[in-house]
Amino acid sequence: MTAISSDFSSAPVLPKWTAPVLLLAFAYGVVPLIGSSYLFEAILLPFLALSLAGVGLNILTGYAGQVSLGSAAFMAAGAFAAYNFNLRVEGLPLIGSIVLAGLVAAAIGIVFGLPSLRLKGFYLAVSTLAAQFFVQWALTKFSWFSNDSASGVIDAPRLSIAGYALDGAVGRYLFALTIVAVLTFLAYRLVSSQTGRNFIAIRDNETAARIIGIPVLKTKLLAFAISSFIIGVAGVIWAFAYLRTVEPDGFDLDRSFQILFIIIIGGLASIRGAFFGAALIVVFPLALSRLGGFLLGDLFDSGVLDMSQRIVLGALIILFLILEPDGLVALWDRIRRRLLFAWRST
Amino acid sequence: MIADFDYQFFIEVLVGGLLSGVMYSLVAIGFVLIYKTSGVLNFAQGALLLFAALTFVSLVERGIPFALALVVTFAIMVAIGIAIERTVLRPLTNKPPITLFMATLGLSYIIEGAAQLIWGTQVHGLDLGIEDVPLEIGGVLISQFDIFAAVVAAGMVLLLSLFFRYTRIGLSFRAVADDQFAALAVGLRLPLIWATVWAAAGLVALVAGLLWGARLGVQFSLSLVVLKALPVLVLGGFDSILGAIVGGLLIGASEKLAEVYIGDYFGGGIESWFAYVVALVFLLIRPSGLFGQKLVERI
Repeated sequence: MTAISSDFSSAPVLPKWTAPVLLLAFAYGVVPLIGSSYLFEAILLPFLALSLAGVGLNILTGYAGQVSLGSAAFMAAGAFAAYNFNLRVEGLPLIGSIVLAGLVAAAIGIVFGLPSLRLKGFYLAVSTLAAQFFVQWALTKFSWFSNDSASGVIDAPRLSIAGYALDGAVGRYLFALTIVAVLTFLAYRLVSSQTGRNFIAIRDNETAARIIGIPVLKTKLLAFAISSFIIGVAGVIWAFAYLRTVEPDGFDLDRSFQILFIIIIGGLASIRGAFFGAALIVVFPLALSRLGGFLLGDLFDSGVLDMSQRIVLGALIILFLILEPDGLVALWDRIRRRLLFAWRST
Repeated sequence: MIADFDYQFFIEVLVGGLLSGVMYSLVAIGFVLIYKTSGVLNFAQGALLLFAALTFVSLVERGIPFALALVVTFAIMVAIGIAIERTVLRPLTNKPPITLFMATLGLSYIIEGAAQLIWGTQVHGLDLGIEDVPLEIGGVLISQFDIFAAVVAAGMVLLLSLFFRYTRIGLSFRAVADDQFAALAVGLRLPLIWATVWAAAGLVALVAGLLWGARLGVQFSLSLVVLKALPVLVLGGFDSILGAIVGGLLIGASEKLAEVYIGDYFGGGIESWFAYVVALVFLLIRPSGLFGQKLVERI
């Protein structure tokens, strides 16, 4: 009894938003000052783009329970749409093209989400592959999308917001960070709203959801639309801020799997999970190549690195599914609780 | 336009399509075997196929005779099947099917990586000793190799159906496919059965891998034939061998016909997605597929 009461009295009750706000303050105020350009180019920019894609897929797969293997297609759609809006619409601000690109991705998401009205589970997962192959084919086939550039590879436009040019790694990082922060906040609000609860209800028991009056068909399509919007914008960040070029090849099936892996490893149905998963997916190949080079020396060439990456990644997926089905988020929460407990009991 | 319709050419395209459909069916059967008995959509089937073909070719290139290489590769595939059952499937028993699917996705990464780490990434030629000379049958040119593949596929299906019908373990496969709990209750040993199923899938992967490998050369892209088999499965139903065959034929034929007759309107190269669209349109009209059980996961 005493333990419980002391637990209540001594625990400083911090508002729920403390951690995210502190983290954001750190990301805006401290990171740009201390980060090297390698940190921005090789780690933070891909991390931000993939995290956002993970948030988008998590809404569809984690919350609404519709497995999609076509995320990279929506990233590609977003990237190419933003490029074309920026190129062809005179005087449209960059933010305008990004929002429009998200809407285009959402529209494509709705079209390829239509099978979800009649299909579930594996059948749906396989049918989302249609999006993957069709979009990639269309983007390579019709050179209009890449402005008739001979190689199909095009330079991304300069980033600028309200007249301020965001050049350099730090500028692009701040640009990506702002978009990710805003969309993540909106996604967080969404999943704790009525719509988010509807998503979860459909995931857990579709018949029951229908009976309590949730418009199942509309809600599913909404999940596809919102998820594709976010993934599309993630595609814009990937192409404009990280790679600085727009090309269809980067958005292949492997990228779709990568985003799926991010949410499995990070934690399904968790906004934070996408960030944990993306961090691991981005950092682990770099760490593995350092470690391999250190241990094996010259024997560890790029081919071996590539293969061992695949093996370790596959093994990680299986290990997480078996040992920690709720992902890194669950692991993190448990460690934090232990630490807090240990700290309080001293 | 209709008057100069070239029937001979049409039939040639159709037959060519049907025969390439047989190749899709070969891959799809491996999926069906595992799905039927354990409810797992095994995405790693393509990786298994690559591993089998790569192991076989590498053994032959090291001077091991054809027959011995075949036996050794089969033994390795059985070992892999048993290892998968032990390390991946057993800990995940009673998890939702989609979790198991994701696990096989991870598995396919491991197998693909391991296959190329062990045997290298270069392209190997594979010669099965069948000449790819077109035969003329009734005025229609047909690839000899395609006919051979069709015969092998037919033989394998026959073998599998005899196995399911007349052997004790084959019958217990069907029992498990029907009702896992009832099968457990009458004392069937599920782990043994699952290990056998994975071994059988390994055999199918070996056969399909050799045929596809002889066609395309043994290399990484071999594991991508799994993407050709998925629309076949959607069309035929994940749990029907007959469905896999008919679905494969349908997809093969419609894909080739579309490529030849309407491909030009799209600027060509439509085979990467056409099969999926056929499968989807078909499912929207008839959600239970061709031969799939009505109970499957469709609304």
